[in-house]
Amino acid sequence: MDVQAISPLVIFFAAITTNNILLTNFLGMCSFLAISKDMKSSLGLGAAVTFVALCTAPLNWMVYHWLLVPFRLEYLQYIVFILVIAAFVQIVEMMIERLSTPLYLTLGIFLPLITVNCAILGCALFLVIRGYTFLQSVAYGGGCGAGWALAIVALAGIRERMKKRSKVVPELEGPGIALILTGFMAMAFVGFSGIVRIN
Amino acid sequence: MIEVLTGIAVLSGVSAGLTVLLLIAEAWFADYGECVIDVNAGERQYKVKGGSSLLRTLSEQKLFLPSGCGGRGSCGTCKCRVLEGGGPILPTETPYLNETERRSQVRLSCQVKVKENIRIEVPAELLNVREFVATTVRITQLTHDIRGLRFELPPGETIKFKAGQFVNLVSQPYGDVTESTSRAYSISSPPSDNRALELVIRLVPNGMVTTWVFQHLKEGQPVTLIGPYGEFFLRESSREIIFIAGGSGLAPIRSIILDMIDRGITHRPATFFFGAVKRRDLYYVEEFERIAAQHPWFRYKPALSGDETDHPYERGLITDVVARHYGTLDHHEAYLCGSPGMINACVKVLTQKGLPEHLIFYDKFS
Repeated sequence: MDVQAISPLVIFFAAITTNNILLTNFLGMCSFLAISKDMKSSLGLGAAVTFVALCTAPLNWMVYHWLLVPFRLEYLQYIVFILVIAAFVQIVEMMIERLSTPLYLTLGIFLPLITVNCAILGCALFLVIRGYTFLQSVAYGGGCGAGWALAIVALAGIRERMKKRSKVVPELEGPGIALILTGFMAMAFVGFSGIVRIN
Repeated sequence: MIEVLTGIAVLSGVSAGLTVLLLIAEAWFADYGECVIDVNAGERQYKVKGGSSLLRTLSEQKLFLPSGCGGRGSCGTCKCRVLEGGGPILPTETPYLNETERRSQVRLSCQVKVKENIRIEVPAELLNVREFVATTVRITQLTHDIRGLRFELPPGETIKFKAGQFVNLVSQPYGDVTESTSRAYSISSPPSDNRALELVIRLVPNGMVTTWVFQHLKEGQPVTLIGPYGEFFLRESSREIIFIAGGSGLAPIRSIILDMIDRGITHRPATFFFGAVKRRDLYYVEEFERIAAQHPWFRYKPALSGDETDHPYERGLITDVVARHYGTLDHHEAYLCGSPGMINACVKVLTQKGLPEHLIFYDKFS
């Protein structure tokens, strides 16, 4: 099946469910484990990741197809993608700080964390490997971010509830139980497979 | 070859392009125009360029808040009250602020960004902290390893400090030492002598600044001093005073005693115990003996712990001399300055004699 024929909408939903970047590729784990302790921060970080992934995916698509491919410099994609993501995050942080203090407090302080989030870089690399068109890249970026946000918010919800109601053996408290929960969630997401296929 | 060169060129081009974008964004978004910082309800007002942290902006205006980590938000010492214009408390500050501080609008000045007119409150002493370029006018060899230095401020300048406070002396590069560095020294002259500063400095083997003072600093040479700082000064009360010092710890005590004479504080009996090993370690003896002769409220008790016997002074370790001298300490207050070992030993003796710890004030050299 020709990849470029897939509807961007399908790619968007697939990136959230069957191809969730966190639960199928296990990318972006460090901030996922660290921040998922409370719901408010998870929502903030999830929104920030969604925003950055949505914007950097088309940016990186343009840089790759209009700059790296013509000069045959595809091997530079890693370093160039990171540069683009870092600069973008910096600029957005300055903008948010200037324009809206409430938004800065909920979203802005998480932005520097995202510069080094591998889910964002992974998103840029996958869209190149899979040969998406520009529109498909936008949809994939948005889907990746939304999928990541969904996963962290779900885990934060579970962890908050467990803190109140469940007893965890002390050895597994914190990241230990979070990883096990992530495994369950990943298995649950396997249930989505067969609905759509994008790779 | 061409491939490598294009690779380098494109990568450099991308980096340069992004840098330019960032600079434009910074000039555009991070430009907060001119802001006014009001300190202590109008006592000082600074017109500054907004956009950087409060701590940095203030130090550019020569108002130096204490800071241990250099503005990285990891020490929590640069606190001050921000009454207006600081925005809400940031998550980066919360670990360093307790409930009382939050309620009284205390913030970490290194995390607060100056974006608008801002009203702050800082301890009044900090407003006196300045940088002075003074001239070394006199170097006196007080003992074999202690020197007294007198620095005169530039004509027309004066310094305001509390007797007992210290300044930082900035050394200049010498020999293999290529950087200037600074160390804190207590002021030994009284506040009334406000056109000059006197310090007492003991040679620390291999000490960066003391070596410079002993081997390179000459009379007539300009030096940089920053201050005054410190919480070691005479408290207002009517309690009898016990001063204990060793080595160059005499400096702040001398300043306090001379200040008491200047201010006419005669209702508080005071005894100054100065601990040394040998006769050659004593200095300013005539001065303190003269004060003791002229002022009935003051007694001077040098004590020697070495094996010399042909002297009129107290014998034994300073702790034993102090212990011998007093019964119960129920209406006293103690001011200690010297090495950590001496201070700890003295605090132990004083508390055993019934002096509560909150009435023991000290400056530890370490």
